Amino acid sequence: MEILSKVHYHNLVKWAQDKPDVLVLSADLTGSTEIDLFRDTYPERFLSMGIAEQNMLSFAGGLAREGYCPLVHTFAVFIYRRAYDQIAVSVAYPHLPVKMFGFLPGIMTPGGATHQAIEDISIMRSLPNMTVLECGDATEVESVMDVAYGVRGPVYVRMLRGEIPRLFDPSEPMALGRTRTLSQGHDLVVLSSGICTEEALRALRVLQKRGLAVKHIHVSTLKPFAHPEIIESIAEARYGVISMENHSIIGGLGTIVAEQMAGAGLGKKLVRIGIKDTFLHGASRPYLAREYGLDAQALIEAIEKLVGERFNIGEADLEQIHLTPVHSSAKAEAL
Amino acid sequence: MTSRQRDEWTSQVYRVAGGIRRRVLEHTIRNNGGYLSQACSAAEIIATLYLKAMKIGPATVPPVPPPFAGVPGPGNPAYASGAGYNGPQGPEWDRLILSPSQYALVLYAALVELGRMAPEGLAQFNRDGSTVEMIGAEHSPGMELMTGSLGQGISQAAGLAMARKRRGDRGRVFVFMSDGEFQSGQVWEAIQAMAFHRLDNTVIYVDVNGQQCDGLVSQVMNIEPLDKRLKAFGARVIRIDGHDVKALARPAGLKPDGRPLVVLADTDPCRGIELLAGRRPKLHYTRFERETEREAFRSLLDSL
Repeated sequence: MEILSKVHYHNLVKWAQDKPDVLVLSADLTGSTEIDLFRDTYPERFLSMGIAEQNMLSFAGGLAREGYCPLVHTFAVFIYRRAYDQIAVSVAYPHLPVKMFGFLPGIMTPGGATHQAIEDISIMRSLPNMTVLECGDATEVESVMDVAYGVRGPVYVRMLRGEIPRLFDPSEPMALGRTRTLSQGHDLVVLSSGICTEEALRALRVLQKRGLAVKHIHVSTLKPFAHPEIIESIAEARYGVISMENHSIIGGLGTIVAEQMAGAGLGKKLVRIGIKDTFLHGASRPYLAREYGLDAQALIEAIEKLVGERFNIGEADLEQIHLTPVHSSAKAEAL
Repeated sequence: MTSRQRDEWTSQVYRVAGGIRRRVLEHTIRNNGGYLSQACSAAEIIATLYLKAMKIGPATVPPVPPPFAGVPGPGNPAYASGAGYNGPQGPEWDRLILSPSQYALVLYAALVELGRMAPEGLAQFNRDGSTVEMIGAEHSPGMELMTGSLGQGISQAAGLAMARKRRGDRGRVFVFMSDGEFQSGQVWEAIQAMAFHRLDNTVIYVDVNGQQCDGLVSQVMNIEPLDKRLKAFGARVIRIDGHDVKALARPAGLKPDGRPLVVLADTDPCRGIELLAGRRPKLHYTRFERETEREAFRSLLDSL
């Protein structure tokens, strides 16, 4: 598997080259959100706003009203937790094209509970006019720019940084409202988003060799959630559906699927893999993934329980999971 | 300009200011409730902004506001703000942002006095299905931003000002603020950013009436010395008597010097309707407790 380093750092500069309306706003996390090359390349289009997120979000609303496309960059928690009222009133209500790039979703940082965004999808998707996207690999980190830019109103993006695998062919960019079907089967449906897709791919590759037929769908457009193919697939699944997300099980992908199933009157079992209504703590990604049950092994355990069969898959059976060292040269600091 | 012409503009501003007070008093008596002290404190500020300080054109929209046509969103591309009552928008024109939209009643009364909105518009105040909302929204006459959540108006205005500066617009962004807003951290974040980004195309008029919902600003959460605090944050500050229209108009004529300009207008929340003083210290919202009190205000209105 190809691992790319600092995808957004390079891509943003190239992407924004022919878009003079694009401004980048930073809240003192310029290197940490990979916008330092943009700052150095287009200093006139880079606005340093300091550690003052409430002002930054309302200010971005003002810029957007005058025809600019502000790209707000900081850690996700500092967008939706610190400036929620500002997003609601200055950005979402007036339906302005402010694009918010939230970094460090869920277990992606050892920065602890203050830095880990575990309920951002839940909060942002309940805002009227908001579009919510999540990136799962390097191809999506690159192509999410066109998707976000193409939406007329505000967009919240769960963004990735540092070393990122390329799971999807670059010839298949992210598209608004389009899911990716990664395998076919009628035994059960697995819906995954963000970094969980890589984990799910590992687990399902082994399980499919053991004869389980799984329809695996990757979701990157969380709102609007107009995916009839998902409901059709769940209706056909023998055992039910499992959602897997790097987010609280309240309000994210699992909840969205539950709402959709209830609306369609689907009486199938739903297992939600995610952060089980708890805060996290500061530790490495693989450690947190195991502790909170967000890794390939957790998916295998959930499937065994759902289908009532043991597959006896151990760590050795799973392909080596890619581990990103905490002190990587691809990151500006150890967070 | 002759001295007679000078007197003409000041007397016109005072006349409009008196009209604002009268209309808000009339409304408050009729509805047994209204933001009356805000009219008393801000009448000269608002009248001076419209008649002397700002460069704005005539209203571009029908004098009677049309009914509310839905919130903004992908399904409502025709959504329009209330900015048309403040004239056309363009590089050369100034813009007015009303930050505490609790002052909307005062603004509506001013629009009527200035001939920018018909009296029927004010009669729609707080009526179901109308844009003339109690806490003004961006579709309300004379407004163009969502500002009911205090402290957000100045940051949004700063964003507008930054965009206008980048484009080279000559028109400026005027912001009307209340003193209570300076208790909010976001306002200081905004002042800090406006000074840092040298947004000297912003002019902020603050109605320093010393009043807020719970009572006296000094007793709810002190903000003074406001002038020194603002200067320390990098603003250009001028403190004046907020009922002296010449003093109010003068700062808007100053040559920009790189700093955001803040005009602290010290005002009296009972000015022109001294009967209000009997309600001290709570002046934020006027609702008559007894019919005799209402009668006293009605007699006052008849004498104005």
